[in-house]
Amino acid sequence: MLKVTDLHKEFGGIKAVHDCDFHVKKGEIVGLIGPNGAGKTTVFNLVTGFIRPDRGTVIFDGADVTSLKPHIIARMGMSRTFQMIRLFPNMTVLENMLLAMKNQDEGFKAAIFRNPLMRKKVKQGLVRAIEMLEFVDLHAKKNELAKNLSYGQQKLLEIARALVNDPELLLLDEPAAGVNLTMLKKIKGLINKLKDQGKTILLVEHNMEFVMEMCDTVVVLDHGEEIAIGTPKQIQKNKKVLEAYLGGTEGCE
Amino acid sequence: MYDYLLHIAVLCGIYVVLSISLNLAVGFTGLFNIGHAAFYGIGAYTSALLTLAGVPWWIALIASAIMAGLFGFMVGVPCLRLRGDYLAIATLGFGEIIRAVMKNWTGLTRGPLGLPGIPKPSLFGVQFASIDMYLLLVVVVAIITVVIVNRLVKSPFGRVLKSIREDEIAAKSLGKNVVKYKLQALTLSAMFAGVAGSLYAHYITFIDPSTFTLMETVLMLCMVVLGGAGSIIGSVVGAIILVILPEPLRFISLPSSAAAALRQMIYSVSLILMMIFRPQGIFGETSTTKKFDLRKLLGMKKPKIKLRTKKNA
Repeated sequence: MLKVTDLHKEFGGIKAVHDCDFHVKKGEIVGLIGPNGAGKTTVFNLVTGFIRPDRGTVIFDGADVTSLKPHIIARMGMSRTFQMIRLFPNMTVLENMLLAMKNQDEGFKAAIFRNPLMRKKVKQGLVRAIEMLEFVDLHAKKNELAKNLSYGQQKLLEIARALVNDPELLLLDEPAAGVNLTMLKKIKGLINKLKDQGKTILLVEHNMEFVMEMCDTVVVLDHGEEIAIGTPKQIQKNKKVLEAYLGGTEGCE
Repeated sequence: MYDYLLHIAVLCGIYVVLSISLNLAVGFTGLFNIGHAAFYGIGAYTSALLTLAGVPWWIALIASAIMAGLFGFMVGVPCLRLRGDYLAIATLGFGEIIRAVMKNWTGLTRGPLGLPGIPKPSLFGVQFASIDMYLLLVVVVAIITVVIVNRLVKSPFGRVLKSIREDEIAAKSLGKNVVKYKLQALTLSAMFAGVAGSLYAHYITFIDPSTFTLMETVLMLCMVVLGGAGSIIGSVVGAIILVILPEPLRFISLPSSAAAALRQMIYSVSLILMMIFRPQGIFGETSTTKKFDLRKLLGMKKPKIKLRTKKNA
């Protein structure tokens, strides 16, 4: 599904990401972890096209998407969320959802002439958006402005927005960060539901319990370098990983 | 007196077109364009030069829209990669360049002497020479503008424009070609400004570069901000208020130099008061979901769209 080979990116001499190789199989949930500043979000941005890599390739669904524009990659079926939530704050929850919808006539000619086909698509979009909002339990808030939602609800809305087109691959940047326990449960439940539906997910997360519970494979980055890859159990025992997180293993026994 | 009132009404109509077109870029798409007077001027000069060369008025009108749109597109290609303040500076520069060209390309524009004797328009044998006929024309054009821009912003297209204003990166992540949409917004906005320019040129029948200055753009921006950025009805009301507001000054006998300064003061004071008491503008979207609803005001029912989802089917 997603194959990242030999990815490199430098920011003015600082190696943000180097020698990064991993792949995500269909139906798998892969976790990307590492201490702060390890380059996890940079990997996300490289994969989704927001940053161009200096070297390396990103293959998505058999197509080389390296250095393609982000909106083109998004249209190929890769959806993402952001670490700092990026909703459209002064637009309603419903509008936020509708914006993610593909197959809407978003040209200016359609806007002026409004043919029946365009109207039909608008209606279909509305139905699908409301279904999705019901799926994440936000439909009661559909006419609320996005900025008036609670933090957890905003996270949920962002995930719902990323999901509305049935993406091939979903990238979640810290879905569990800063949310309370109830919301965490909700988000976990949502990811489990997606897993049952056979969705493929790549996620960045600091909450280890969450990662170990949800992920099939874990990739560990440290200082931009990939130091380990394996199942959660293997990672927990990996010496290099413990070193990266705890600054050495001596005295830990 | 009657003609004077009609004159004010014509000006209101022209400024309605200008402020709505500027709102499309500034209020809805978040493109801080302060070179709008340049598009206005390009429209005016295009239409004037063509009709003076014997081209029928309606062709000149369309040509002025296309010409202004073309310039909008050309400015957009390099500038729309810039954001916020930088775009403002770039469009400011563009506006000044266009004014300098109008002033100095004397072979074409006669420079500061201006273009006199621009013919009054006529269509299918109907002459728009008298002021009441011209008002009719302006009102029709203004209504068409309101309808088209209203359709633009209240559609999936307009939704994308607003999303770009709200968060460009998020819009990209949802597969929107942000640069393309910004270009379209700026081009459409410039086209309507071009139409307004044409209306102005054939109304006054004389144009010179001093009309299309930065102050003119600032006035249009004031109209947008006063009415509420991102509100069509706001732009209409903002334009009408700011055209009428300084008019009473004419009836006070003041030396002309003081009158001009007072005019500017009225604009600035009204804007400052607005910023303090209602920063979102008269009809701006407030922080709640309540929006200005003309239907509700008139006691009409809003048409409900019935939706069937799996849950409540």
